[in-house]
Amino acid sequence: MTPLTRHSAMGLRQLLERREVSAVEVVQAHLDHIAASDGHLSAFLRVTGEQALAHAADVDRRITAGEPTGTLAGVPLALKDVLATRGIETTCGSKILESYRPPYDATVVRRLREADAIVVGKTNMDEFAMGSSCENSAFFPTRNPWDLERVPGGSSGGSVAAVAAGHVPLAIGTDTGGSIRQPAAFTGLVGVKPTYGTVSRYGLIAFASSLDQAGPIARTVTDAAWLLEAMSGHDPLDSTSIPEALPGLRGTLEAGVDGLRVGVVREFLGTDGLQAGVKARVTEAIDRLAELGADVVEVSLPHAVYGVSAYYLIAPSECSSNLSRYDGVRYGLRCDGSTAEAMMAATREAGFGAEVKRRIMIGTYALSAGYYDAYYAQAQRVRTLILRDFAAAHERCDVLVSPTAPTTAFRLGDKVSDPLAMYLNDVFTIPSSLAGSPAMSLPVGLDDDGLPVGLQIMAPVLCEPVMLRVARALESDLGFDPAPRGPNSLTEVAA
Amino acid sequence: MSTTTALEQATRFEAVIGLEIHVQLATRTKMFCSCAIDFGGEPNTRTCPVCLGQPGTLPVVNRRAVEYAIRLGLALGCQIAPSSQFHRKNYFYPDMPKNYQISQYDVPICLGGELTVATDAGERRVGITRVHMEEDTGKSLHVLDTTSGVGVDPAEGLRVTRISDADYSLVDYNRAGIPLLEVVSEPDIRTATEAQAYLTELRAIVLALGISDAKLEEGSMRCDANVSLRPVGHTVFGTRAEVKNMNSVRSLGRAITYEIARQTDLLTRGEPVVQETRHWNEATGTTSTLRVKETTEDYRYFPDPDLVPVQPDPAWVDELRASLPQLPAARRARLVESLGLSGQQAAGVVGAGLAPLLDEAVAAGAPAAEAANWLTNEVTAWANERGVEPAAAPLTASHLAELTALVADQTLSKKLARQVLDRVLAGEGPPREVAAARGLAQISDTGELERAVDAAIAADPAAAQRVRDGNRKAVGALVGAVMKATKGQANPALVNELLTGRLTAPDG
Repeated sequence: MTPLTRHSAMGLRQLLERREVSAVEVVQAHLDHIAASDGHLSAFLRVTGEQALAHAADVDRRITAGEPTGTLAGVPLALKDVLATRGIETTCGSKILESYRPPYDATVVRRLREADAIVVGKTNMDEFAMGSSCENSAFFPTRNPWDLERVPGGSSGGSVAAVAAGHVPLAIGTDTGGSIRQPAAFTGLVGVKPTYGTVSRYGLIAFASSLDQAGPIARTVTDAAWLLEAMSGHDPLDSTSIPEALPGLRGTLEAGVDGLRVGVVREFLGTDGLQAGVKARVTEAIDRLAELGADVVEVSLPHAVYGVSAYYLIAPSECSSNLSRYDGVRYGLRCDGSTAEAMMAATREAGFGAEVKRRIMIGTYALSAGYYDAYYAQAQRVRTLILRDFAAAHERCDVLVSPTAPTTAFRLGDKVSDPLAMYLNDVFTIPSSLAGSPAMSLPVGLDDDGLPVGLQIMAPVLCEPVMLRVARALESDLGFDPAPRGPNSLTEVAA
Repeated sequence: MSTTTALEQATRFEAVIGLEIHVQLATRTKMFCSCAIDFGGEPNTRTCPVCLGQPGTLPVVNRRAVEYAIRLGLALGCQIAPSSQFHRKNYFYPDMPKNYQISQYDVPICLGGELTVATDAGERRVGITRVHMEEDTGKSLHVLDTTSGVGVDPAEGLRVTRISDADYSLVDYNRAGIPLLEVVSEPDIRTATEAQAYLTELRAIVLALGISDAKLEEGSMRCDANVSLRPVGHTVFGTRAEVKNMNSVRSLGRAITYEIARQTDLLTRGEPVVQETRHWNEATGTTSTLRVKETTEDYRYFPDPDLVPVQPDPAWVDELRASLPQLPAARRARLVESLGLSGQQAAGVVGAGLAPLLDEAVAAGAPAAEAANWLTNEVTAWANERGVEPAAAPLTASHLAELTALVADQTLSKKLARQVLDRVLAGEGPPREVAAARGLAQISDTGELERAVDAAIAADPAAAQRVRDGNRKAVGALVGAVMKATKGQANPALVNELLTGRLTAPDG
């Protein structure tokens, strides 16, 4: 019999609806699994077992009493520690917020609680979501369940590690330049960055406001679609939240790809430094799409190559301002200083890690008088060009595809001393972030080292249904098994 | 250099003055969150995660604040931007929850208006550069543990000082996030009087629009003055100083007069004016250096990515334009033209916000000029003594009409009417009732007055004799005696008449 911790969220819902298991049993099984194996992974910054069991018991009571329950009733869920949770420490992976307890719930968290998803804990991340390996967490790095010597990707490294390991069937990540998609690719998971504005940012602690977007991480496309439906929707507390609701996602999931036009991004598949294993699996997957009836063509995004440069001006600029509030005056870390100014400086010096400081400095510089036009304004112009590239490509194609990342999961420590190499891991994911359009990663096989490879599927704004439909068709065809395996995997080491 | 030469040189400079006025809007809630704006609350009780800048929170624009900005813009003849943007002004200060202020930068909501102000030298047109929206900061209290401080905060009883030498600081965020409009004038003002007239007129407009209580003393309206000098006839601006902390129209005038004298003195002695921010000290009547701006501070403005552009529906703007109340200038003109008030009376009534009351009183039968005098003298003085708005006086139009009627039918003398009005303002009821209850009606009963007149003549035969001898002025002493005997309630004209009749009529 499949253990509860390897069931999909949908599978768990069916068991719960048939009363074959109780929500408390489901949650307890996952908590036990976390207790037994997270020592190898360090996916969680904190586990909220007591609250989780209390919520599960309440769900069970309501099921028994025939009272209404939410769409995700009894399904365990992990939250990236960038989402504000009322009364529960929310650190953003940073020393500066080490003991910070928000006085409110993020809108996403509120929606998921209302859907009766059971929050079992907060997951590790690169500090303030800045990083692609989870090694920038101020507390500890998280390991990849497929190979414990490798990174899970980042910044949502804790969330993907938890889902891949079976600690939870669902997790929330956030994506600013690829922070859901790249880690999902590294751990063999489905990770979706929705259209900017479909999921409320209220309570998502900002890194780069014009790019940040929360999204679902799951082991199956259907689970991801389901979670996205539960978490999205207009929020009057977020001025950038778009008024239109996402169209229904699950209704068209099984519609297949027959007749859909799929564009292969020429520049991405032709990149130097694309690992052979990645290229091979992605190419095979594209061939399968053609086999399944899709009309596969080659397209060009000529300005996408400037995406990384533009991103590393826009995101740091916004972050330099967003992170000014961490000054020791109102909450979080406070270091002593002889004056208010000295206190603020000492707090920021001690509280932020090297990568955060690097980006604050880049952003401060880029916004400075005399440089603004050359850097920030110029980067915004590049953003417009990339947007036009996508518009042109989508005139011919329903979806675009590419590798999610140029490599599979790299070893811990491999890139920490080379920020540029680290930044280039986001080269394929950044363009959709800049365009505000939806994109996702789907696992399409393993490379020669037995590490998962992700296919990125990109769609026009609010076209999540067609994007997920393509993903579901391919998932069904490939039959990828998301359970981590291999000599150095969690499964082997923990067994 | 001889005094004469210095004076000659001094007269060759003219002042160039621009005013930046912050108006705190009387919206129900803050600029970007739903916290109530409610003054006088305990520190940090009018706050929420948004206005405290808690991680993850986001701003949402207060539509009413946008409406108020548009109303002021329309009243000042500005262009209303079809799309304006909020920017972040980045700088670190403990009373700023996010360490950036959400403000407007290169695309403000209102651009290019003007204000015509009346001065002794005639009407002057002052250009309005812009009106923009922003959020207020919190309030810091920098405290000294020991020895002497700059002053004592009355509310806390703490010794307060400047941030640089404080032992600790306290911050109250109740004010953080309250909506402000900043009204920036062109450097079109030349004298302290013009600056005062401009501030007075802008305040009157703000009050007429009902968008702020505009209290300079309490900081709901704040005025900074940029002052520079240049030789008469030159067009290039001199180096300016920005003067802050003037909390009345009067102190604005004093501060500018002082600043002009200070800069004149510097320039006359051949010394440069330093570009700096100066603090007006009301007690000493001087300005002093607050901080020197060696370079322009770099606020790293950029469009706030948490907010979308403000794009008011043109139909809404038209609606707001159509529903603007009559503005002070038009109100004054109307009072002069249709009610026959003098320019000064009209300015007094409108300036005190009493035009609606006057209109109602006139409709209720009060003579306009007389009612205006009661309003601009007694009612305004009453309000000033209490530090409240004249319009808040507990005086109705029918009270005012009744009062003027009582004077007209000689029931009350002017003096008695003043006493009655005091009682009315004290809440004792309508004038007629007050006069009756307090026995303040004027005595016009000739029988009663005749007895008092006879008594006065008997008491001061010498004065009576002087009157008989043709000294008309001597009657004053006797009138005074009668008034005193009747506790001021005698009708003085009647007393005069009776006395004159008694003392000039042929005997027997």
